[in-house]
Amino acid sequence: MSGLGHTAKRAGQRLVTSLPALFGVLVFTFVLMRVLPGDPAVFFASGPNSSQEDIEMIRRQMGLDKPLPTQLVLYLYDIGRGNLGRSLITGQPVLSDLRERLPASLELTFAALILALGAAIPLGVFAALRANSLIDHAVRFFCSLGVCVPTFVSGLLLIYAFYYLWGIAPDPTGRIDIFTSQPTRVTGFLLIDYLIAGDLDGWAAAFRQILLPAITMALFVMAPLARMTRAAMLASLGSDFVRTARSIGLSDWRVIVVYALRNAILPVLTITGIVFSTMLGANVLVEKVFSWPGVASYALDALLASDYAPVQGFVLLMASIFVLVNLVVDVLYGMADPRVTVE
Amino acid sequence: MIAAQARHVGWVLRSNPITAVAAVAATLLCFIALIGPSIVSYDPIASDVASALQPPSAAHWAGTDQLGRDVLARIVYAARLDLAIAASAVFLSFIVGALIGSVCGYAGGRIDRFVGRLVDVLMAFPLFVLAMAMVVALGNRVENIVIATAIINLPFYIRFARAEVNVRRDAGWVEAARAGGEGHLAIVLRFLLPNVLPAMAVQISLNLGWAILNAAGLSFIGLGVKAPTPEWGIMVAEGARFISTGKWWLVAFPGLALMLTVLCFNLLGDGLRDILDPRMRT
Repeated sequence: MSGLGHTAKRAGQRLVTSLPALFGVLVFTFVLMRVLPGDPAVFFASGPNSSQEDIEMIRRQMGLDKPLPTQLVLYLYDIGRGNLGRSLITGQPVLSDLRERLPASLELTFAALILALGAAIPLGVFAALRANSLIDHAVRFFCSLGVCVPTFVSGLLLIYAFYYLWGIAPDPTGRIDIFTSQPTRVTGFLLIDYLIAGDLDGWAAAFRQILLPAITMALFVMAPLARMTRAAMLASLGSDFVRTARSIGLSDWRVIVVYALRNAILPVLTITGIVFSTMLGANVLVEKVFSWPGVASYALDALLASDYAPVQGFVLLMASIFVLVNLVVDVLYGMADPRVTVE
Repeated sequence: MIAAQARHVGWVLRSNPITAVAAVAATLLCFIALIGPSIVSYDPIASDVASALQPPSAAHWAGTDQLGRDVLARIVYAARLDLAIAASAVFLSFIVGALIGSVCGYAGGRIDRFVGRLVDVLMAFPLFVLAMAMVVALGNRVENIVIATAIINLPFYIRFARAEVNVRRDAGWVEAARAGGEGHLAIVLRFLLPNVLPAMAVQISLNLGWAILNAAGLSFIGLGVKAPTPEWGIMVAEGARFISTGKWWLVAFPGLALMLTVLCFNLLGDGLRDILDPRMRT
């Protein structure tokens, strides 16, 4: 019980200390977006009949005629009420656009993270058990290679091999091909919604669709995970408690998984948090290659059209997710090792 | 002293031949970037529609693109631009980051806390997205890719320099310099910075690879480098349109160039770190 309260206190403190950073992000994006070139009022009034008055009217509508500090205060007030503004391209409120598209990005990111962890932890453990063997070097080399291939290249090459050459993968555009019926939207995660609807064929189709982009991203982030697992496992395998566990005759499996790995998992957790935020950024490229309808490609389109509100909303969303992930890592940390205390 | 160091470097290179290979490869790469344009026999810009989209052959080792330009020639020409972007970005953030970081580490107090917060804000961004936004904000030009890449590299250098200076600020020799009447600025610039630079130099090699990926990523989504200019990221972007009809060489060869370059700098950085600090090896 006291452990739970302890964790909650840690999480609360973490949240409070991250508020200034979030606020900073907010102000920073606001200023950044305001110095962007191109007057959005002109951009969206540009028709053959648009006069100076039309442009002035749109500018007043968007609040662009007020001084910058006033605009900032108005902006903060709006955000406080959950109003992120309206996208000029889609014509929808940014909040609903983001809500519509976020599950696609999160589904892809989580799928990639699960793939990466599923491959990296066993590889890292194996490399640590046979340190400096051929396998160790092979794992190390393979992972180093993964970091060096940009996601947009590996994604395209995977498309070439699995779609064009062998024809195993479905058409690499979007989350689901247009002929498959969409499940009723519950969570927005297609893989979960299909399960809820009990549509296994649809689930398989969505799974095949997400596999290539997820592998692309997983390849890119495997290296830090595997390396950290290996290093942490080496340290914990050499420790006294593992020697003791071995000496009292516990099975190898038990010593490795229960004793060594559990203690090695802390640094891996930390790295996983960092990797997750890297993936949020890398999403832009992967979503573009696979025409994935996520938030990153939405922000990219808005950015290129100098549409302020979606980009601000996107960056704020990313920063919040980043803070949230750090929070979750912190809580997991406390669960994995109750000795960890508040600094 | 120097002999001992040389022996140590020799020992590391022998026990870790990969570092030696990486060093040779990096030298070769810079060499290609410098003299490459004078050894290729094709024009990287002029189009020759008659021989468009040819697979690799004896005449065109890496095939031709949709305008009939030789892919290999374009890759070689691009090496100079890509390396120049990455190198100047990393150099810029190295200098600025080292200065800011060591001043913070030395001064401590309010400045330190303020810059620390600023760095936190910068790190809270998805960095690639920040780079995108900055290139659009500053104007869609190559110089601005350099600046954007430099800025997103900055937090690492600031933190690194700050931490390294912070542990040394109360060392005996700093105390001695202070007692000898040196000003604060002189202590930071002439005493602390030179002690921190070698450790930071290792970061340069590791960051070079990252900077190349970053710049190529930006031009892949259409920022910075404009169309006819040969650049690896833009070559991949142009090739992407033909990948689902099986024209693999348009993506594979520039991709290979990117991969080998980054791999080479990463391995070199790992090796340098082993030389400088054998304990850090993972």
